[in-house]
Amino acid sequence: MSAGNALTRSAPWRGTAWLMGKLGISGRTLVIAVPMLWLGVFFLAPFFVLGRISLAEALIARPPYTPLFERGPDGSLQIIASLENYRFLMTDALYRNAYLSSIRVALVSTIFALLIGYPIAYYIARAPEPKRSILLLMVILPFWTSFLLRVYAWMGFLRSNGVINNTLISLGIIDAPLRMMQTDFAVYIGIVYTYLPFMILPLYANLTKLDSALLEAASDLGASPFVTFFTVTLPLSLPGIVAGSMLVFIPAIGEYVIPALLGGPDTLMIGRVLWDEFFSSRDWPVASAVAIVMLVLVVAPIMWLQSIQNRREEG
Amino acid sequence: MRGWFLPLAVAFGFIFLYAPIVSLVVFSFNESRLVTVWGGFSTRWYGELLRDRQILGSAWISLQVAFASATLATVIGTLGAFVLTRFSSFTGRLLLTGMITAPLVMPEVITGLSLLLLFVSMELTLGWPAGRGLTTIIIAHTTFCAAFVAVIAQSRLRSMDESLEEAARDLGAGPVRVFFDVTLPVIAPALVAGWLLAFTLSLDDLVIASFVSGPGASTLPMVIFSKVRLGVSPDINALATIIIGFVLVAVLIAGWLMRRALRKGG
Repeated sequence: MSAGNALTRSAPWRGTAWLMGKLGISGRTLVIAVPMLWLGVFFLAPFFVLGRISLAEALIARPPYTPLFERGPDGSLQIIASLENYRFLMTDALYRNAYLSSIRVALVSTIFALLIGYPIAYYIARAPEPKRSILLLMVILPFWTSFLLRVYAWMGFLRSNGVINNTLISLGIIDAPLRMMQTDFAVYIGIVYTYLPFMILPLYANLTKLDSALLEAASDLGASPFVTFFTVTLPLSLPGIVAGSMLVFIPAIGEYVIPALLGGPDTLMIGRVLWDEFFSSRDWPVASAVAIVMLVLVVAPIMWLQSIQNRREEG
Repeated sequence: MRGWFLPLAVAFGFIFLYAPIVSLVVFSFNESRLVTVWGGFSTRWYGELLRDRQILGSAWISLQVAFASATLATVIGTLGAFVLTRFSSFTGRLLLTGMITAPLVMPEVITGLSLLLLFVSMELTLGWPAGRGLTTIIIAHTTFCAAFVAVIAQSRLRSMDESLEEAARDLGAGPVRVFFDVTLPVIAPALVAGWLLAFTLSLDDLVIASFVSGPGASTLPMVIFSKVRLGVSPDINALATIIIGFVLVAVLIAGWLMRRALRKGG
């Protein structure tokens, strides 16, 4: 007897089906309801709570914010909400700088990831079959090991008495250790290192689809490999470049762990500001307002882009 | 991009990817406490790791959380993917599409903070969840892992031959039997892949767990982070080596199984 048959004949199943029939709930509704309810409660609803607390004031109490409703002296229900936290974010230079610096760090890292990732993706896409699969696996393999430990590996590499400095000094290239840890440079390295597979994979997927007849045609017409690359390959791989860059840029903006471990105290990033606002200052309302502004600045454009893309695919 | 430039750039890229990992493994066998100065071969840091109750305890918590949330996420993600690929129109279809893909791009700090605030307000109004700990971490991980499972399941459900399901229906099987006897066996490898991805994502998460966990429920990444923040320490190198070893063995086994399945199918 098959699994499905055994299930539909079992007593608990038939009991449930009978009950649902009595209540007028179809199986289809139930199947739709499970993911809908879970995500509605644990993904969508939190944003409303976030928005509501961003309008409150911090209190030293449990919970550490003012309630939304309060009974007035005449017993009427009053809504207490203020945009004070948002005004504070707009006027305080720290937050503005953190948003701008996050965008800068993410942008620089994305460009480096593209410069390192493109040749690898191109090479793998052109490689013959057994070699191609092995190289592809080698790109993905580090991604399966712990992200935190990969960032940690760079701490041992970049420290003033770390592997890079020790090697350079023993080779006589430098006399004194270079300061690499706790700089923006270390943050760029950390981000490029962590998100490189996200850049390589979409580029690879795009470059394997490239029609090699186009490249032959270009070279038959007298174009040098250099010219062929910049006039044929590069423009045709633009969708892959955009996809890969988005996959690096988006998570890089909200990054917390990498600037916290590799960056210096002056490496401002918005994810880190939010973390400190919550865990150190314990100001939940301001942390919520930071999150809402981040949501509007980072996620809204992505969703808008995605909806355009969806419409183009459907239309 | 011919001649020497391309191979050189690729070699540089792979050195960049693997050199830090190799050095991490090499220095885990270092006698000296100074992580980057070689003091002779030794396995003492592995011994110290096995005596570290904090790390062992948190590893156990992480494994429990990862197992529970990967399993829940596979159920919810598969249901979501099934609904979106097989039911062409229903109220809230657009909403579900958005809710199932948005966690993929949501910054972790936002997911973590907003879920914590939800748990706090739920506790105040409904009395559940009482405090924060294993349950809240599992709920949080299930939610973001379900999105990843859904992506994998959706692509498999789209590419699968739907005439199989039609044939089963024509032969009189009800929707439940069609799903369990036809659809599920076909998409099972994709669901295993989705479960494994969810398991590793949960095991690896630091940011979301830090927000939604409570006292007494520190996951392994939380303990590692608090140690690593103070600087490099050799027992973390030993831990990293063990994890890398596990992943390597798992990938080799998965690769071998896949090749065997391909040979059988072909």
